This record gives sequence, C-alpha cells and structure tokens, in this order.
Amino acid sequence: MTKLNSYTAQPDAHGHFGPYGGRYVAETLMPLILAVEQAYEQAKADPAFQTELDYYLKHYVGRPSPLYYAQRLTDHFGGAKIYLKREELNHTGAHKINHCMGQILLAKRMGKTRIIAETGAGQHGVATATVAALFNLPCTIYMGELDIERQKPNVFRMRLLGAEVKAVTSGSRSLKDAMNGALRDWVANVHDTFYIIGTVGGPHPYPMMVRDFQSIIGRETRAQMMEAEGRLPDTLVACVGGGSNAMGLFYEFLNEPSVNMFAVEAAGHGLNTDKHAASLAGGRDGVLHGMRSYFLQNDDGQIQEAHSISAGLDYPGIGPEHAWLFDRKRVNYVPATDDEAVAAFQLCAKKEGILPALESAHALAYLEKIAPALPRDNLLVVNLSGRGDKDIYTIAGRLGVTL
Amino acid sequence: MTRIEKRFAALRAAGRKAFIPFISAGDPDLETFAHILAGLPQAGCDLIEIGMPFSDPMADGPAIERANLRAFAAGITMKKIIAAVAAFRRADAETPIILMGYINPILSYGIDAFAADAQNAGVDGLIIADLPPEEDSTLRAAAQKHGIDIVRLVAPTTDENRLATILNGAGGFLYYVSVAGITGSKQAAAEPVARAVAAIRPHTNLPVAVGFGITTPEQAHDIAAVADGVVVGSAIVNRIAANLDGDNKPKQGLTADVLGFVATLADAAHGN
Repeated sequence: MTKLNSYTAQPDAHGHFGPYGGRYVAETLMPLILAVEQAYEQAKADPAFQTELDYYLKHYVGRPSPLYYAQRLTDHFGGAKIYLKREELNHTGAHKINHCMGQILLAKRMGKTRIIAETGAGQHGVATATVAALFNLPCTIYMGELDIERQKPNVFRMRLLGAEVKAVTSGSRSLKDAMNGALRDWVANVHDTFYIIGTVGGPHPYPMMVRDFQSIIGRETRAQMMEAEGRLPDTLVACVGGGSNAMGLFYEFLNEPSVNMFAVEAAGHGLNTDKHAASLAGGRDGVLHGMRSYFLQNDDGQIQEAHSISAGLDYPGIGPEHAWLFDRKRVNYVPATDDEAVAAFQLCAKKEGILPALESAHALAYLEKIAPALPRDNLLVVNLSGRGDKDIYTIAGRLGVTL
Repeated sequence: MTRIEKRFAALRAAGRKAFIPFISAGDPDLETFAHILAGLPQAGCDLIEIGMPFSDPMADGPAIERANLRAFAAGITMKKIIAAVAAFRRADAETPIILMGYINPILSYGIDAFAADAQNAGVDGLIIADLPPEEDSTLRAAAQKHGIDIVRLVAPTTDENRLATILNGAGGFLYYVSVAGITGSKQAAAEPVARAVAAIRPHTNLPVAVGFGITTPEQAHDIAAVADGVVVGSAIVNRIAANLDGDNKPKQGLTADVLGFVATLADAAHGN
C-alpha cells in the first residue's frame, strides 16, 4: 500500500512503487530473487554489515565525497549558488562504487562465488570489477558491442582488474542488451552467481537496495550543506538514465517540501526526434528487465532503441521509483540534448577545472535553463556523478579532433 | 471441458503422451508460418505453442531470438498473431493453441482487449515467461473471464513452498522447465526430469509437460516417458532457419522438411 503522506515509504512488501517495480522475471530466477531480498533485509538489520560497509566506503572508496562550492560556475550563470557533489572523486571515478560495495558484501554474505554485471558507460562495470578483485571473486561483465567501441578505456580497465568482458551483439548492442545478457547468464548460473545490478532498476529488491546504498550521497549532502550554509539546499539537479545517482541524491530530501528537484533525461538529438533516451518524456508504462516502469516502445509494445551520446544514459527505461515520483510530480523530469551536454562538459572543464562524465554533463547542461533566473541565495547542488576521462574520445570525435 | 482438458483426457485414454511443438509467429514470414502451423496437427502435434515475438526475449536463446527478428522483418504484430490463430482455428477446432511470450506487448495491447481477442480467435492458454504468479493477477482475471488458461512454469530451482504458490491459479497444464537457463542452451536429461516430475505429481492433477533443452527424437522419447508431454522449440526453429537462403527467404520444400522433422519428434514422443 502507498502511504500518501510520505515519499520515502516505498516500495511495498512486493517491491511496488505505486503500480511500478515488482518482480517480472523467469520462474527459474524467482527463488533466488526472493533469497536476495531476504538476505538484504537481514543485512540491513545487522549492525555488523553496516559497520563493514562504512569501513570500506571510508577507507577504500574515500567517502565522504566533498560538496564543493563552484564559484566560477556560479559567477558564470549569475544566479543560484552552485555546489557540486563530487562523486567523481570516489575510487573508480563515479558513484557506482557505492552500490557495488554494498552488493558485493551481500554476495559474500550469501556465499555466492561468482559475480556478473551489465555496464553501459563502463563505470558500473569498472566498479564491479574493482570490488570483485578486492574480494577475490571471479567476475564477468556484459557490455554492448557498441559501448565497447565507444568506452575503450573502461573496457581495458575492467580487463586489468581481472574481469572478463563479454560483448553483447544482439539488439542495439548497448546497455539494454547488456542487461539481457547478464539476466540470461544469471538464469543459467543461479546456484553460485550474484548479479550486481548497476542502477535502481531490475526486479525487487534491486531498485530499493541500490537506492539505499546510493542514498549516502544525499545524507552527506544534507550534513555538508548544513555545515556550509546552516540550512538545506533549495535545488537539486542530477542526470537520469536508470536513475541511481539521482535517487541517491534525492532520496534524503523527498519529504522536504522546500527542496526542488530536477532529474535530467538524455534527449539525444532532441525529444522531437526518434533518437533520444528520455523514457519518461517519450515512453509509456511497460515491463522490461524485471520491472514495471516507463519504457520507450512502439505501438505494439516492442522496446525501442534509445540514443544518447552518453553510454551510461543510453537506456530505454528508468527505475520504477522515478516512474512513481514522475507520476506524483515530486521531481521535475527535464531534458538535455547531446549538444547541450557536450557544451556543458566543456564549460565545466574551463570554469572549474573538472572534466565531468558525459552523463553528469547532462545535469550541468540544465543549469543554464534554471540557474540564471534563481536568486543568489538559492542553494543549488549538482550531482557530479562521474568523471569524464573515459569520454575524451567521444568528445574529441565530436569536436573533430583525432587522438 | 476446455480444449486443453479434452486433449489431455483423450491422450490419457489412449495411453499417449502429448507432443507440443513451439514455433515463433511470423517466422520466417507470415505465409510460410501459416503453412507450417496448418500442417502441425497432421504431423502428430497434440497441442501447439506459438511464440509471440518480443524485442527483448530474456528467457530465450539465440535460436528463438533470431526467429523473432525474422518475424519482425516479415512484419509480425500482435494483431497478426491473433489473426493467424483465427485462420488456423477455422480449419481445426480441436488442437489447443498456447501463446507464449512476454508481458509487455500484452500490456501495450491492453490486457482485457487482448484476452477478448485471443478468445475470439480460439486461443486456449497463455505462457508468459516474465510474469511470475506474484504479478499475474490482472492477466489471470482477464484470461479467466475469457476462458483462457494461464499455464504456469515450474523450474529446477522450485522448492515445495514455491510450488504451492505456482499451483495456486495454474491452469491447463504445468510447464516444467527442464534446465536452469535459456531456451535451447543446455540438454535435458531424463533422470533428473523424472525425479522433478515425480515430486510435482502429489501436489496437482494438472498434466506436466516438459520443455527447454529437448532437441532430438531420442530425448523427446525419453522425456515423454516420464511426463505427460514434451515441448520442442529451438530445434524446430533451427530446422526452419536451416531451410532459408542468405536473405532469410524460404528455400523450396521448407514446409515439408520442417513438418517431416516435427513428425519424427512427435513419433518419438508418442513412444515409437
């Protein structure tokens, strides 16, 4: 049942966020999915689990990540006071390590001896390969052939970390197909394998579990903003593909009515074209990858290929909690195109000396739409979810530069 | 009595096991598919599973995924699948038709509209690979209203507790997934299947058909001996693929060759 007076009481016992979420998987997987849920509930209630997680987040990942006042971006836009939540400074260079650390500790607790994951941009794949190396578990990463091509540095990183990277050649050969590949592996290897899902998606309990592991971003942001400014932020901005970094930042503030939230979907070539990845703006209610949510699909219910310059946002769906927050209008879901993201990437590099991931550049791209019109005392936080070193080949290609 | 009940009752009376082929709707093209479908009862098929192609068939292996792509290229849609069943039904009032697929195209079609159209076309059962019992109440209610069974899947990972959940609301027959994995990926062995079917029996009167990983007449024979029916999918789909030219156009004699292969499987399942 949905509790009407709270935005943080979701999901229900079967993993539903309103009508979304749930468990839409093959029967072969159901017992394992239920076991993951049970193990997670037990871990959540076990102080020793949290202590171990906190230890690794502090000493290995490098948390807390700074909340940095971006003075030059603030001056550039001449409006809101802009802070950057520096998730790109985490070990492995993105927020993905937060949920990978939580999930691998759970996998160990369940006695699983093999790790699989899907990846789009490679950030989640690198983070998974990293924790698999740390805990000495063999690891297979599924990645679309197209993404392997456009994210070569991360592919090599994963291999250096000892992971096997399997190319997925079906469909659009990107993130959606990588997830199909991982799910097919899992159903054939349920006895020993743990699937570390890289977003707030998939069957219950993953959307809830990944959100919980990522919500440290918002908790830190609250404490850091209280310390810096003595009050809550006014505006939060994050990019959304599946939606893990946005949920991580937003969750802590959902029940704070004064906090305005913007989640930026990848609009690719534009929402008026068929080349975008904005599943809320351009999709509708459906089921894929174990969850009910919004998906890009044709009139006959066939899932359509997404497009984004950012491999991490190139996914035709979105996590079920976002679908619910969209329907409830708690979060503003807004678009940024490939071109706008590339421009924001360059702006952030030149103004702040930070190369943002192309994913995060979508969040930065929305600043020009809102920041100038906001008053100087509006405290705005952008989740800088990842670093952009992996994207320099894509940016170079875009700018006509050969590396 | 439903068509499925009648068919299994007749088989039981004759001391025979059911042979159930799977083919993807619209594979390799709409016309050839219709010819194959029309010939299946004559080839010895007792019930027929028709796959509803989906863009992301996560429970299926490469053979059926490629069949889906051929069907999409040939212009298959949910409406055309319903129409193909209706055309089959005009010539055959007896052979049960089970549609197998994923929930999203049905959700998109509209669950009630789909159940109504499926009933009118003569569909008898639905197997939805990504719809566990916890999520199927809406579809089940619509199907029940329109006299269509929801055929539930039982897996090698299913324990006794889970089996009770699966049986609550199961209709038509039970589909035992003989290997943990995707379709066409591993080979089913008769001995573990026999043990699994024996474990299911005390809990239900529904017939138990076995599928996933049955590719040869010998396997069909051995598995049928320990169950009420066998399903063969990927092997038939591969036989269709073997009869296509480089442009996925059917070669001369495709239908006869595929139906001949199906007949050897059916013969074996029937104990010959």
